[in-house]
Amino acid sequence: MTDKLLSIKNLSVQYKTDLETVCAVNNITFSLKKGETFGLVGETGAGKTTTALTIMRLLPAETGRITEGSIEFTGKLMLDLTEPEMRSIRGEQIAMIFQDPMTSLNPVMSVGDQIAEAMELHNKDNKTKEQIQARVDEVLLMVGIPPSRKFEFPHQFSGGMKQRVVIAMALACEPVLLIADEPTTALDVTIQAQVISMIRNLRDTLGTAMIMITHDLGIVAQTCDNVAVMYAGELVEVGTAADIYTSEDHHPYTTGLFGSIPNLRSKARRLTPITGLMPDPTKLPPGCTFAPRCPKKMDICEDEHPCVWRNGTHLISCHLFAGRENWRKEEA
Amino acid sequence: MEWPANTCPLLETRHLKKYFKVKGGLLHAVDDVNITIPHNRTLGVVGESGCGKSTLGRTIIRLLDATDGQVLFKGEDILKYGRRKMKAMRRKIQIIFQDPYSSINPRMSVAEIIAEFMIVHNTCSNRTAAFQRAAELMDTVGLARRYANVYPHELDGGRRQRIGIARALSLDPQFIVCDEPVSALDVSIQAQILNLLMDIQEDRGLTYMFITHDLSVVKHISDEIIVMYLGQCVEQAASDELFENPMHPYTKALLSAIPEPDISMRTKEIKIIKGEITSPINPQPGCRFAARCEYAMDICREQTPPLLSPWDLRQEIEKPGGKHFVACHLYTGNGHSE
Amino acid sequence: MNQVSVDAAAPVIVFRKESRWKEVWRRLKKDRLAMFGLAVISTMIILALLADFIVSYEAALKMNLRLKLAPPSAVHWFGCDGYGRDLFARCLHGARVSLTVGFATSIATLIVGSLLGAMVGYIGGKLDDIVMRALDIFSAIPSTLFAMAVVAAMGSGIVNICIAISLTNIPGFVRIVRSSVLNIAEQEYIEASRAGGTSTLRILLKHVLPNSVGTLIVQTTANVASMILTAATLSFLGLGINPPQPEWGALVSEGKEFLRTAPHLILFPGVMICVASFSMSVLGDGLRDALDPRLRT
Repeated sequence: MTDKLLSIKNLSVQYKTDLETVCAVNNITFSLKKGETFGLVGETGAGKTTTALTIMRLLPAETGRITEGSIEFTGKLMLDLTEPEMRSIRGEQIAMIFQDPMTSLNPVMSVGDQIAEAMELHNKDNKTKEQIQARVDEVLLMVGIPPSRKFEFPHQFSGGMKQRVVIAMALACEPVLLIADEPTTALDVTIQAQVISMIRNLRDTLGTAMIMITHDLGIVAQTCDNVAVMYAGELVEVGTAADIYTSEDHHPYTTGLFGSIPNLRSKARRLTPITGLMPDPTKLPPGCTFAPRCPKKMDICEDEHPCVWRNGTHLISCHLFAGRENWRKEEA
Repeated sequence: MEWPANTCPLLETRHLKKYFKVKGGLLHAVDDVNITIPHNRTLGVVGESGCGKSTLGRTIIRLLDATDGQVLFKGEDILKYGRRKMKAMRRKIQIIFQDPYSSINPRMSVAEIIAEFMIVHNTCSNRTAAFQRAAELMDTVGLARRYANVYPHELDGGRRQRIGIARALSLDPQFIVCDEPVSALDVSIQAQILNLLMDIQEDRGLTYMFITHDLSVVKHISDEIIVMYLGQCVEQAASDELFENPMHPYTKALLSAIPEPDISMRTKEIKIIKGEITSPINPQPGCRFAARCEYAMDICREQTPPLLSPWDLRQEIEKPGGKHFVACHLYTGNGHSE
Repeated sequence: MNQVSVDAAAPVIVFRKESRWKEVWRRLKKDRLAMFGLAVISTMIILALLADFIVSYEAALKMNLRLKLAPPSAVHWFGCDGYGRDLFARCLHGARVSLTVGFATSIATLIVGSLLGAMVGYIGGKLDDIVMRALDIFSAIPSTLFAMAVVAAMGSGIVNICIAISLTNIPGFVRIVRSSVLNIAEQEYIEASRAGGTSTLRILLKHVLPNSVGTLIVQTTANVASMILTAATLSFLGLGINPPQPEWGALVSEGKEFLRTAPHLILFPGVMICVASFSMSVLGDGLRDALDPRLRT
């Protein structure tokens, strides 16, 4: 086994109701090493949260279906695991932070109890109550909250502090992988800076791998080693942070995303947004899903779905790179 | 960007205050704010949650009743207007809201929503004329006419926000308060809407007050910016000048906290403001940022710093970037000077 | 002219859409259960209206002690009661009273309750405090006692019973409407309307009430059922419908003594009440869904 912590291959996920089938994730492949921070970037509806929930096997039971692909975590094939086996992984080996700190915490339990709960559930080495409480204190200090506040309830904390509590809960059992789904979107800029800085420090001290899901290219630039850009359920571009931020070659969607952000340094008055909207996931266009909005669209884009092209660590799924120098076709 | 000195500003507030009675005392949501917006310009109001920027916007258009102060539209204090005058005033000042989901009535069709104000104010001869105007407004904001009989829930956030914009334009206002109009939208839609707002401003000679927490957006769209903290204006300057030359410690921290999409900035030191925002209820005298400020001096905890231009104080020639005001004892000559 | 992306703009706009009510009816038709409810309750209403032509009123009163407690037969479809009176005739004529009371009181409660609740919820402040405390006092009085007091003061008879029952139900309804309105009043589109200079009355009628219509409908249809039962209680206490005039609830009361020996006496009027309530409920659900633009297909 290589040193890959998490390896996802050709994963596809659908939500099936009586009326329609939503193709939320379509044939994505990526992997993570121990201690690496992986950024998953995309807008609403791209399929990022679905991907996270699929890794955790938390898809809604009646409608969520994994139609193909595999997820391998520390050598185990996740999709074959039973629910009790998954439960022992969740919280202990893989932890997740959700977007809204206001609703992620149980309002009627003290924060100390909530952090302890995770540890009590996964108590493999039979820690005593005192040991668990000591760990709770340790973890609160790590996130910058005085341990004396562990008897307080969530409503007594501000938004930023609530998010820290959530992070403390996630890290209590020292997971090897942390999935953070838009952890700072609901927070103010200055609090966001505090939280991001804290996450970075923790990651460095604990060596936790992280999947950072966000739409904010700024946060990705500050925190991630590798990045994937997601559009309409597919990964249109994957690479190291350097590939994404400094390379000249990009998927037209990525270029569009960068063009949509008002840049602090540029003096241009007009932005260059991408026209149109993300396609309806129940009626994805044939060929390239981005073709209807792409300024560089060619005839072939509407008919044939592009394959993946590779240049070193940089992968792009676009017909523009067929036959370009340094770019080789990536075998599935 | 110099303000033309002799034109009467379109909108001005003088010592505007809005306090709320809450359990525990008086919440100073907006505390003594003085702003001036000339014709066809955009004032950006930036700050984090709890700074009072939304309250400021709503107080100016009298959705909330001000506790004290004046709001002058073309020189006249609209806070003193009676019901009839105020209703007429509502045709000149409008607002665009943040949440495209809750700011439009889910039980009315797109055309009905846009035509509503025109019907209420009787600006068109009859209903058909009002709906015709609504169709023209849909063209202006880039909404396909085929959506006229559609209900809001069938449309995405970007299109709903366009409905809100069309509605705000329906009475031909001169001044629009934009309360975080793009914050709830995806990045690519944000850009579309921002471009639209700027185009409309140019075409119709509108004046905007643009409220947001997003510094990159505010820089893009504003001519002048004020930074608010706990109800007070702590710094005020032309857009470019503020970003090149931030003076107030809070502004500096705010700017440095923005994560930039540039990996070479990864090692840049972020000024992390310690602590949490203090309570706006019954605030103590003195600078409200003092508790979190790394430069805090004794005087900061005793006297509220006034909003001044440091160059006025030292009688230097005016900075080429335009007037720049800051409320901080570091610059008042009471502490050590910059 | 600025560059704004506009998809194919039609030169002439036709704002005619199918009239609102036509659309609601079309959507309601698709809901099988609701149509069933509508059919059943309509049938009941029609039968009640035509009761005199089907079976005379005298037949409902005619006593025949030889047929006392007779089970259902070809002649007497529902059997006979303790006095030998034909139960079918009694149920049919009873429908008139029960349905009238049920609908009249629901509608009265709906109109008064929603206007009051909307005003109080939207305007708030002192008006809210005064009205709600007054209603609290009202609700503290046991409803049966209150109805008794009203009937005692005004005399018995259908109209007075309707008034009494409505009065006991209005406080609860106002509370429900008020809470729905409080919720709506917080929405930004209400603020937007105020910013556009819309008057309070127009906001209440055009924005607030239409958005609470779902709650109103469900509550009203649920009320029909409970009002029928309240009327029955009053009849039982001798306050409402005077015997021998038939009324479903009263019929159930009369039949309860014979539960073991002649269960049909409770069964038939009881089933009438259940079927009427059920039909109203599903119809109400269907109407609420048909009126909600969010569920358009």
